[in-house]
Amino acid sequence: MTSAVNLRKVPLTTARGTAALDPQVIRRDFPVFENNPGLVFLDSAASAQKPRAVIDGIAEFYRRDYANVHRGVYRLSARSTDLFEEAREKVRRFLNAADHHEIVFVRGTTEGINLVANSYGTNFIKAGDEVLITELEHHSNIVPWQMLCERVGSKLVVVPIEATGGLDMAALDRLIGPRTKLVAMTHVANTTGAMLPIETITRLAHERGAKVLIDGAQAAPRMTVDVQAIDCDFYVFSGHKAYGPTGIGVLYGKRALLDAMPPWESGGGMILNVTYEKTTYQEPPHRFEAGTPDISGVVGLGMAIDYLEGLGRDRIFAHEEALTGYAVDVLSALPGVRVPAAGQRRLAVVSLDVEGIHPHDLATILDQHKVAVRAGHHCAQPLMDKLGLAATTRASLGVYNDESDIDALAAAIRAAQDLFGGARAPR
Amino acid sequence: MMDLRELYQDIILDHGHHPRNKRAIEQPSHFAHGHNPLCGDKVTIYLKMDGERIGDVSFEGRGCAISTAAASLMTEILKGKTIAEADTLFRAFHAKVTGGAEPEPVEALADDLERLEPLTGVRAFPIRVKCATLPWHAFEAALKSGAIGTTVKTE
Repeated sequence: MTSAVNLRKVPLTTARGTAALDPQVIRRDFPVFENNPGLVFLDSAASAQKPRAVIDGIAEFYRRDYANVHRGVYRLSARSTDLFEEAREKVRRFLNAADHHEIVFVRGTTEGINLVANSYGTNFIKAGDEVLITELEHHSNIVPWQMLCERVGSKLVVVPIEATGGLDMAALDRLIGPRTKLVAMTHVANTTGAMLPIETITRLAHERGAKVLIDGAQAAPRMTVDVQAIDCDFYVFSGHKAYGPTGIGVLYGKRALLDAMPPWESGGGMILNVTYEKTTYQEPPHRFEAGTPDISGVVGLGMAIDYLEGLGRDRIFAHEEALTGYAVDVLSALPGVRVPAAGQRRLAVVSLDVEGIHPHDLATILDQHKVAVRAGHHCAQPLMDKLGLAATTRASLGVYNDESDIDALAAAIRAAQDLFGGARAPR
Repeated sequence: MMDLRELYQDIILDHGHHPRNKRAIEQPSHFAHGHNPLCGDKVTIYLKMDGERIGDVSFEGRGCAISTAAASLMTEILKGKTIAEADTLFRAFHAKVTGGAEPEPVEALADDLERLEPLTGVRAFPIRVKCATLPWHAFEAALKSGAIGTTVKTE
């Protein structure tokens, strides 16, 4: 495949090596920091910034190698198809899936979960069955299961968290029963950063005959993921949180399961043969990829994966976990600042409650100090209710963050407290 | 850096921290819920008419300093007003914070509008304009729905 050479003209990163990551060097890979001097970007859990390798790589792909895929006889289309399928192979390696047929391209984590709920759920989950989720889930891992349960008459069961913010494993053990058909849970929680022991939970679920879906939206960009070691049945993540383009995501599913699942959407590219009487479907993954796919999104995701692997995923994990610890220490030491659910192993996400200052006010003030954070319910309203908060301010980390960003956040919080005069607002 | 004191003036912080009329009204003649799904802010506005005039008006809810102060100032100003006066105040205030066309000035309401002036700092923070207008939208919805109640959402 000579085509791949073109794209590799764009240097991946200047930050290769085996030592600890140097975010100050990594930052040079991200043009957004050049164009927004002084930006303290602490909202990567919502969406990560894009490295030059992805931005320029996509432009270069459009300039040289773009055509529709899996269609044309001409060489340009073949080259585009090669790059598209090469990206699928990169994703396979990224998740250590056994087989590239197990990698389905979707628009994002949300669509991946909906595909499983609609295709697998509708056909294999029946009235009286149970779907288990946890209290740490994002709305996108709650609502598709709620809708499925309403449709087929199954029951949604929610595993509670402990006061420390970790999952209540004793409750989980009680709640996974003979009626449980599917366990859907996050790998790393988007509101609190809690890391779930997904290998243990998957083993338990399998022992009791349930399938397992993992929402990897926050985990995949930050740690090595091995779906064969986890042994989960489905794993989903989004490209845009992994430094890739928006509008592209991945559903991994075990081959035997995907083979048994009917298509969810229909159209071109997903069929083997169409007559007015009967249509036979392509094998996975094409069965689930009706219509012209997000070609540049897929190719761009492959470039983002190259970028992350260039940095080293174990190094990214070590860096972000250490920085998370620093953030929890520094922020919870500030007077009037509480870090809810800080008592468990967490990664890259720190939610804050600043006494007397509503998160929306805080985020406005932080923004004036060039500190970008998320304020709100983080698409996890049931969890916010459990924590007794209407909203929180969330700081989240990426490969370009270091201790100076946390210090800037802490200084800006103090400035907000000064502005509000330490007054205590009623809640 | 934009001057945050333009947004968070003392009067805003005072009303944000010590809101007036933050209570329910038993058997209101009108009420409505306001909800800003973006930030989760919720406010309920209660009204009790006294003949042609607003006899009592109050609010409950949880929100940021801006929306709390806006609700607090609004309830102080609306007490004793006729519906027509309240409507003029709402339109004038809305125009002030969004930069729209203001209605004909009414001499009798000039002092009231002056009191709302500190909230106009939100104009420099477009994302926060809805915080200031939420209680007013809820008030308007309450007038329309009467004692049945309704819920109004920001976009």
